[in-house]
Amino acid sequence: MIEHSPSVEARICIIGDSMIQCEGSWTISNLAALDHVLHTFHWPVVSELVWDTMKITAMDTGGAVLLHRTLTKLRNEGRRVSVQGLRPDFGELLQMVSSNWSRIDAVKASKSRALSQFEQWVSQKVRQTVTAMAFVGECTVEVFRAITNPSLIRWRAMFHSLELDGFLALPITGLLAFLMGVVIAYQGAEQLQRFGANIFVVDLVGISFLREIGPLIVAILVAGRSGSAYAAEFGTMKVTEEFDAIRTLGLSPIQLLVLPRVCGLVIAVPLLTVYADVLGVFGGALVAFNRLDLSLTEFLSRFEEWVALRHFLIGIGKAPFFAMIIAVVGCYQGFQIRGNVDDVGLRTTISVVQSIFLVIVFDAMCSIVFSWWNI
Amino acid sequence: MMNETEVQTDTPVIEVNHVGTRFGTAVVHEDVSLTIYPGEVFAIAGGNGSGKSTLLREIVGLQLPASGTIRLFGKDSARLGEGNAQDIYRRFGVMFQQGGLFSSLTLAENVAIPLKEHTNLQPELIREIVALKIASVGLPMDSATKYPSELSGGMRRRAALARAIVMDPELLFLDEPTAGLDPIIAAGFDELVLQLKGLLGLTVVMITHDLDTLWRVADRVAVLGNGKVLGIGTMLELAELSDPIIYEYLHGPRGRAAQSQYGT
Repeated sequence: MIEHSPSVEARICIIGDSMIQCEGSWTISNLAALDHVLHTFHWPVVSELVWDTMKITAMDTGGAVLLHRTLTKLRNEGRRVSVQGLRPDFGELLQMVSSNWSRIDAVKASKSRALSQFEQWVSQKVRQTVTAMAFVGECTVEVFRAITNPSLIRWRAMFHSLELDGFLALPITGLLAFLMGVVIAYQGAEQLQRFGANIFVVDLVGISFLREIGPLIVAILVAGRSGSAYAAEFGTMKVTEEFDAIRTLGLSPIQLLVLPRVCGLVIAVPLLTVYADVLGVFGGALVAFNRLDLSLTEFLSRFEEWVALRHFLIGIGKAPFFAMIIAVVGCYQGFQIRGNVDDVGLRTTISVVQSIFLVIVFDAMCSIVFSWWNI
Repeated sequence: MMNETEVQTDTPVIEVNHVGTRFGTAVVHEDVSLTIYPGEVFAIAGGNGSGKSTLLREIVGLQLPASGTIRLFGKDSARLGEGNAQDIYRRFGVMFQQGGLFSSLTLAENVAIPLKEHTNLQPELIREIVALKIASVGLPMDSATKYPSELSGGMRRRAALARAIVMDPELLFLDEPTAGLDPIIAAGFDELVLQLKGLLGLTVVMITHDLDTLWRVADRVAVLGNGKVLGIGTMLELAELSDPIIYEYLHGPRGRAAQSQYGT
C-alpha cells in the first residue's frame, strides 16, 4: 500500500471547470514538491469543486494530512468540496486525519508567552536557591550528628576519597605547580633584570605562590578532577535509583556519600597545597638559578628571611574552605540530577564552573579582608 | 489474521540465516534462522536471556552476529550503513525498550526528528504530521511540549512509537512494547499496533513475552531458547508442539489464562 519509490511523482491538475484530478504517490518523499504546488495553485473560482482521487496510487499519513489540509482550506473559503474515487484504505487514513485534526490545532495555538517564560525563570531561580540552602543546612546537621556520634563517620569511604582525590592527584598537581613556578619566575626575571633587582624574584615567586597561586591551582584542579566526578557519580546513582535504595534502607545519603567526600577533600586539599607550594617554589628557584644566576642557597636564605610565615599560613588556611566549596557544590549538583541523561552532563559542567567561580569569589573576599587587617 | 499461504509467496522482508552470537564465552545464539514476510505481525518470544533483543539489534545492524547472515529488505544487515543508507533507514522504524527518546528534546521535537532530517518538508507540514502521529498513538496534545523525563513510562513508550512510525515505514520493530505497562494500557497498546497495521499496512516485528500480546496481536511467533528457534508458527500451532520449554511457556498458569481468552 505504501509505495516508497520516489520516481512516481504526486501530481494535481484541473480538468474542465471544477474537477481537480490527483495522481501518483502521495507519500512523504513527494510531499515537499506537492506542498509547494498546492500552495501556489490557482484554484478555479467556482462554488463547487470535485476532487477525483481515483489515480492516487499510494498515500501515507503525510499525504493524507496534505489532502485534508487543502480540502479544509477550500471549504473554509466557502466552496463546497467533494471527494470521489478514493481507495477505501486511503479513505480510512483520511478519516483518521480529520478525526484528529481539531486536536492538532490546539497544539499550534499553545505557544508560551515571554512573560510566562520570565515567570518560570524567576520561580526556577528561587527554587534553586531554596534547595541549595536546604542542602547546605542538611549537610550541617549531618556534620553535627557525626561530631556528637563519631561512630557515624564512614572512615573507609573517607580514606577512599583521600586516596582518590588526594593521593592520585599528586602527579598532575605537582607538575602544574612546578610549571606555574617556572612561568612566574621567567616573566618576573625579564622585568627584574632591567632594574638589577634579581634577588626580588624570591619575593615574587614565594609570596605569590604561597599566598594565592598554590591554593588556587590546587582548587581549580580538584574542582575539575573531583567536583565533576562527584556530580557525575551521584547523577548516575540517581538514575539507577541507588539514592532511593539508600533512603528506604533508613540511611542518609548525605552521611553516607557527601560527608566522607567533604572530609576527604578538606584534608586532601591543604596537603596538596603544601606539596604544590614546594614544587612551585622549586620551579621558581630553578629559573632563578638558570636565568638570574641566583644560587639555590642564596634563594633559600632570602626566602627564609623575607617571605613571612603568614603568607604560607594564609594560603594553607584558605585551602580547607576551597575544599568545602568544591565538595559541597559537586555533591549538590549531583543531588539535583533527576533521572535524566543530559542532566548528568549539564550538572557536571555546572559543578565545575560554579565551584571555580565560588572559589575565586571567596579568594577575592579573603584578599579584601586581609588587606583591611594589614596582613 | 494473515492467510499463511498467501503471505509466503511474497519476497521476505527479513531473512535470518543460521545466525550465531557469542558474548565472550557465553553463547547467545547457536543457530537461529527465521523468515519474516510483508504484512505480518511477527513476534519473537522466549524467556529472559534467550537473546531476543540481541537478535533484534542484529537485524537492524546495531550489532554483528558471529556467524550467519541477516538480510533486511534483501540487504545485508551488517552493511546497512553503506551506500544508500538513508533509503534503508527510512523504510523501518524501531521502538526501543526504554524508548530511546532524546532527553534534550521535547516529545514533539523527538517525533519530528526523522522528518526534519530525512525530508525537506515545510515546518508547518512537519508540525501537522507530528501532531497527528502524537494524537494517533493516543497521547494528549499538552504532552507534546514536555520533555521525556516529564512523561510516565507508558507515555514514553507511546512517544517512541510515534517517532518510529512518523515516516510511515514499511517495517516496525517493537522491543518489549508492553513490558512494565499496566494491563489496561498494555491492551490498549496491542489494539494500537493492530490499528496502525491495518491503517498503514505495516509489517511488525515485536519482541515480547507478554502472552496476551502474543495471542491477541501476533500472526506468527518464533520461540527462542537454548540458542535456537524452538518453534515457529501461529500461537495455536505452537500450543500443539511438545517441546518442553514451549509447553511450559504457553501452558503455565498465565499462558492458560491468555489462551482461554483469545485462543479459541
